[in-house]
Order: sequence, then C-alpha cells, then structure tokens
Amino acid sequence: MQAVSANRRVLSGNEAIAHAAWAAGVELASAYPGTPSTEILENIARHHPDVYAEWAVNEKVAMEVAIGASFAGARALTTMKHVGLNVALDPLMTFTYIGANGGLVIVCADDPGMHSSQNEQDNRTLAKFARVPMLEPSDSQECYDMTLEAYEISERFGTPVILRTTTRINHSSGIVDLGDFTRKPRGDRAYEKDMTRTVMVPMFARRQRVALEEKLARLSDYSEKSPLQRIERGGKTGIITSGISYQYAREAFPEASILRLGMTFPLPKTLIREFAASVDKVYVIEEGDPYLEEQVLAMGVDVRQPEISLRIGELSPDRIERLAAEVHGEAPLKPKEAVGNLPARPPVLCPGCSHRGVFYALNRLKATVLGDIGCYSLGAFPPLSAMDSIVCMGASIGNAHGMQKSGSRDAGARVAAILGDSTFFHSGITGLLNIVYNRGMSTVIVLDNRTTAMTGHQQHPGTGRTLMGQESVEASVEEVARGVGVKRVRVVDPYNLEETFDVLKEELDSSEPSVIVSKRACVLSLKAREIHQFSVDLDACKACGACLKLGCPAIEITDQPSPNGKGRKVRINPVLCVGCGMCAQVCKFDAVKEAVSP
Amino acid sequence: MDKILNVTLVGVGGQGTLLASEVLCQVALASGRDVKKSEVHGMAQRGGSVVSQVRIGDKVHSPLIALGETDVLIAFEKLEALRHAHFLAPDGVAMVNDQEIRPVTVSSGQAEWPNDLDGMLRSAFPKLELIPALAVARELGNVRAVNLVMIGALSTHLGIDDSIWRESIAALVKPQFVELNLKAFEAGKSAVTACG
Repeated sequence: MQAVSANRRVLSGNEAIAHAAWAAGVELASAYPGTPSTEILENIARHHPDVYAEWAVNEKVAMEVAIGASFAGARALTTMKHVGLNVALDPLMTFTYIGANGGLVIVCADDPGMHSSQNEQDNRTLAKFARVPMLEPSDSQECYDMTLEAYEISERFGTPVILRTTTRINHSSGIVDLGDFTRKPRGDRAYEKDMTRTVMVPMFARRQRVALEEKLARLSDYSEKSPLQRIERGGKTGIITSGISYQYAREAFPEASILRLGMTFPLPKTLIREFAASVDKVYVIEEGDPYLEEQVLAMGVDVRQPEISLRIGELSPDRIERLAAEVHGEAPLKPKEAVGNLPARPPVLCPGCSHRGVFYALNRLKATVLGDIGCYSLGAFPPLSAMDSIVCMGASIGNAHGMQKSGSRDAGARVAAILGDSTFFHSGITGLLNIVYNRGMSTVIVLDNRTTAMTGHQQHPGTGRTLMGQESVEASVEEVARGVGVKRVRVVDPYNLEETFDVLKEELDSSEPSVIVSKRACVLSLKAREIHQFSVDLDACKACGACLKLGCPAIEITDQPSPNGKGRKVRINPVLCVGCGMCAQVCKFDAVKEAVSP
Repeated sequence: MDKILNVTLVGVGGQGTLLASEVLCQVALASGRDVKKSEVHGMAQRGGSVVSQVRIGDKVHSPLIALGETDVLIAFEKLEALRHAHFLAPDGVAMVNDQEIRPVTVSSGQAEWPNDLDGMLRSAFPKLELIPALAVARELGNVRAVNLVMIGALSTHLGIDDSIWRESIAALVKPQFVELNLKAFEAGKSAVTACG
C-alpha cells in the first residue's frame, strides 16, 4: 500500500509532460495540434499560465519559435504528432549543427496502429537521422521524470532532445509522483552573439558538423552510464526493449532478464554487448521498425528473430503473449474470436455538420475531389462519397493543381481541392499562391468551421483567440485568397444546399482559379444550440430515400413500408437532430417539417 | 503479488464512459493501489465505439488488457457489449446497461440490427447482469447520470470501501452535479441487488 499524498495523481502521459515542462522551468511552448500530442499544450495553458504557450500555424513554425527561445537562453518546448515532425524537420536538421542554448525538448508522438493518422512512420529513425538524442518513456511517471531529465541533457550537451512517445503512452494514465512539484527558476543563460555557431553558412556549418560528431560521442558516453537505461536481472533469456513495448514484455516474460532502454539514441553499445553476453539468447521487442534490432545486429550481437512479426500495427499484450509462447516452444495461442456479423459503428459526420452540404453538392456534381486532413475525411465514405484522396496537411491544393495541369482527361472537367480552415492556414496558403502564379484554374474549397475540430476544438488564426485565451486578429480566408491573387472568391452557407450547389457548379466550370469559403461554425462548438428541430410527417413521406443521401445520423429508417412496398419510411431522431434543415431542403414531398418547440 | 483486476468499459461516444473510468482510477489511487488506464481519443469520438480499460493491482505494467482477460466488462450499450464479448475472461462478469443505440449503418439501412440481441447477450455471457441504468437515471431526472449508475453497479463487485467511492466521485464531478451523481451511484448499487 502506498501513502496517499496530494502530489500523487493519476495522470495521462500528456498531462505528466505538461506538468514536467512547468517544473523544468519552460518559458515558452509552441505547437500545432495533432493527435495524440494535443493535450500537452492544452494542459500547460489550463494549469500553468505562467508558461507562455501558443498554437503555432504549423509544426515548422512551432519548431522555429522554440529554437528562437533557445537562442535567447530560455527553456522551450515544442510538441507534435509523428507526421508533424516531417513538417518541422527542416529547421531541426540544421539546428542540431547549431545546438541548444536554453534547453529545447521536442515531444514527438508516434501513432502505431494509426488510431488517428494517415501513416505509422516510426520517428525513432528521424532522431538518429537528425542526430538528436532521444528518450522513450514507458509510462506516465517516466513521461514526467524523463521530461525533466531531457532539459538537463539539452543544456548540459547543448543539443535539442526528442522525447519520443506513442499513442499508448500519451493517452494512457497511471499514477505519477510529482515529488515536491516546484518550478525551476530561470537559469542565467544569456543570448550571446556568435556567428560562427549560429550563422550556418558553409564555412561555419562545416566546422559545426565536426563539432556535432564530437557532441554525439559525449552523448554516447552519457547513454552508457545513464540511469535511464535499466537492467532487470532474471533468467537466461534476454530481452532488449523500450517504450510501451517494455510493459508488454515485462508481463509476458516474467522470468526473463530485460534491458530496458530509456535513451534510444545514441545507443549504449557497451551496455548492450555486456547484457547480451550475460544471457543465453537475446530478443529485441519493439513496436514498428526494426530500429533497435538492426543496430544491435550491426554490432554483431546474435539477435534471435522469431517467426511472429511485430512490425506492422500497434503491439498488444496478445501479440507479445503469442511471441512468448513461440519463444518457450509452446503451442500457438488461439486468438479469441469476436461475435461475428454485428452492425459496425463507424465514426460519422455529426448531425448538423456544416461539411455535409458541400459534400452533398460535390457528389451531385460528380467532381474529382482532392482531400485533406480533418474530420471532413469522413466525406469520402458513402453515401456522400465525395473525396478521392488524402495525403498530408495541405496536400489537396497542390494535388488538384497537378492533376489539372497534367492534361489527364480521366479525372473529368471538375477538379476541386477541399480542406479545413485550420489546415488552410497550416499549409494551404503556399499551394494556393502556386496555383495563381502558375496560371492554374483549380477550385479550392475551404470548409471554414472556425475551429480545429478533429483534434478537439483548438484555436487557430481564424478564430480570433489564442491558446492562452487572449483576443487576437481574426484571419480571413477570403482576404488571404484575394491577397495571393485569387480573383474569384465566393462565400457560401453550406446549410443552404441550393446556393452551395450553384456556386460550386459555377466555380468548378470556370477556367480561372477560385476559392469557395463554406462558412458555418462546427455544431460541436456551439454553446447554446438553437432549439428548433425537424420531424417527418409519415403520411407525406414516400420513402424515396433522397434524405438518406445526406448520410445524417439523425435520419433513421422506420419499419413502415412505403405505399408501393419498395422502401421504408424515415423518421428523425429528436435526440440527435440539431435543426440544420438540410433534409427539409432535399425532400421533394414536403414531408420534413420544422417541429414545434416544446 | 496479488492478481490484477481488469475492467473494460465500452459504449458509444458521448455516453460518459471516460468519466466512469476516471472515477475508477481515482478510487484505486485513494485506496493505495497501483492503476493504469488506457483509452484512445480522436476519430473514435465522432459517434463511434469507445473502449476504455482500467487495471488495478499492487503493480501494473501494461495499460492494455489481453483479449479474454477482462474480469468485469461494463457495457453502456448492448450492441457494444456483444462486440467486446471476446474481451471477457471465461469466468468474467458482464454488467450491461439495458439500452440500445442504433449505429448509422443500421439507421441508414446498410446493416440489420440483430433481432435477438438479448438472447445473444445471454449466450455470450454466462455471468450477465442487465442493469436498467437509463431508466434509473431518467427517474433521477438526468439521463446523463447513466455512467454513475453503472459505476454504482460496478462498485458491488470490487469490495472497496463505500466512502472512497463517494469521495472520488465528489473529487471528479462539477460541484453542482455531486449530489445527483452520488444519488445515481447509490441507485446503481441497488439496481444490481434488484436484478441479481
């Protein structure tokens, strides 16, 4: 039994990192929201207003802001999901040559299994590629402890440090002992002008390139002796592991000896060799790429490679138990089977979602739609079926331009790009300028719902409010579009289906570039919902199915057959309906009526 | 080392499963045990299935429960109970809120709702407790209290002191809802006795 104290709390990995950033004396935190990293900055803003925290327009800018603070001698934090580091890699690759003045920690949250992502890239490779020391916590307590340690490493060695997490670390909770939980006072690091260290022209960069390798050698020594590396002595089977994989391995192999690596770049090669020599056989248990395995193999250590592959998708206790059965020469465990043939419950566009009207029109126009990252990816699915591609943040605009310029006739005459307001500000503006400059003619539709909906309603430049709650300039998509030279800028209300259809048709058929801003607030962010609702007059309903093409979860098929017996009539679930009125507009029989308020 | 207690909570986005799992964690912390909780945010919240797992013991490593090793399955909705039946251990208990929420695949006519859901539940779960949590919450005047009714029902299986449950609930819900939630908790305990 543990003593109960106020500083022992159940915290998610993200909450623990936020508290640790405060305790480490972080002065500035800058990030763009991205699952599973988003709650780190939200928790800093909520609990620690003495830390300056901001939503940057994208991860590259966030990284550059954090680097600026480090230049100035302040401790800085930037957080991002794994694909965010692709965007921010450019400044990072050169900042490693310069090195940190004030401590700089980059939280990189990978998403094995793609719970909420478009790929499952394993960013441990990027830490090695960029030559950034990397720590991998295995639970919330370590998220707290390792964030503190990361700042010490950063300032001691003059390097940014990556704290690499995964969804199961960020979003799982455990008990965290926050210790005395006080904030470290600001250090005495000053900004000192030194062009040989910070101006990366070739003559200085070549010198810093050599210095970086020397720094890595010192970091390797630290990695060998660091308490972040831990050996748990057991039997003659040895396991090398890190991060969440350690937890599954510890439970599935209670008798094994385990080398748990808390710092996975640079690797402690002597420690690994000594550990391997102390056991009969060595297994590497890791989620994702063979990052550890390949390096350990390259050291000449005889790593056993089991039949069961751990490479694709998220690891789980089940997968590691099956591995344990193989290692112990036991019969393969039979996978537990789910009850078959149950109706699926997929995520759907919410009732009253402002994106629905645009997708409904695009479907009718049979347009080829290059899509983007956000809730609106759900517009790809039936019955709306109005999105053809998703690549990365902002890709829709370049994709549409390339398709239009390629001269291909297969895509049809109507090609559009579609993306949200936050995504447009993140990385859509440059693509739009490219269309105008290169005499393109694509139509770009910005679904402007005045929030970053998918990650849980964060502020962005278009909302007129900052992360810390201050009022700010409300950036206008229309003005930005006009500013980069778009002549045809239209604004539509997506709740008005006829207007939306007409404007979309006109712009898709125009031979000039155009921007259509579909403007309606996200229904989930409305504080007081309008009380009016709609209902179906079952006598008037002909069961034609027109309203079902909207894909609204509030519209439900009843047991009542139509007069000709071919279809079934519908009703509107009053618990779900928010009164957008789109179904009333598509009903040809006037069967959908505004319900009388109770 | 004692055995770890594995609890899986399932439901539909918006039903309050996350608060229920938070209460359970707080109870574990307050009673001096180790605890880990796992859940995934993001896309799943848009009306999809929601799964949350809580493990309580002297020392807990994995935040995830292996399939077939859940001791208590708390289902806020009947179809979700069935969907996660293979999570439960052979001698595990399923506590199922007697509520049906039809997914959009059914309401739009793409899939059929199972015509003998109760029968399927009885054959999937040898130890089934059907809790009328929605009816109980409605009687208390707030359908959103379903989650605390289910927590009350769960508390009868864990043997943790009543005062710890009550203090943990009071610590986690907004002050104006403490009274309602404590009533729902008590009603949940009685609901088990009534159907037991």
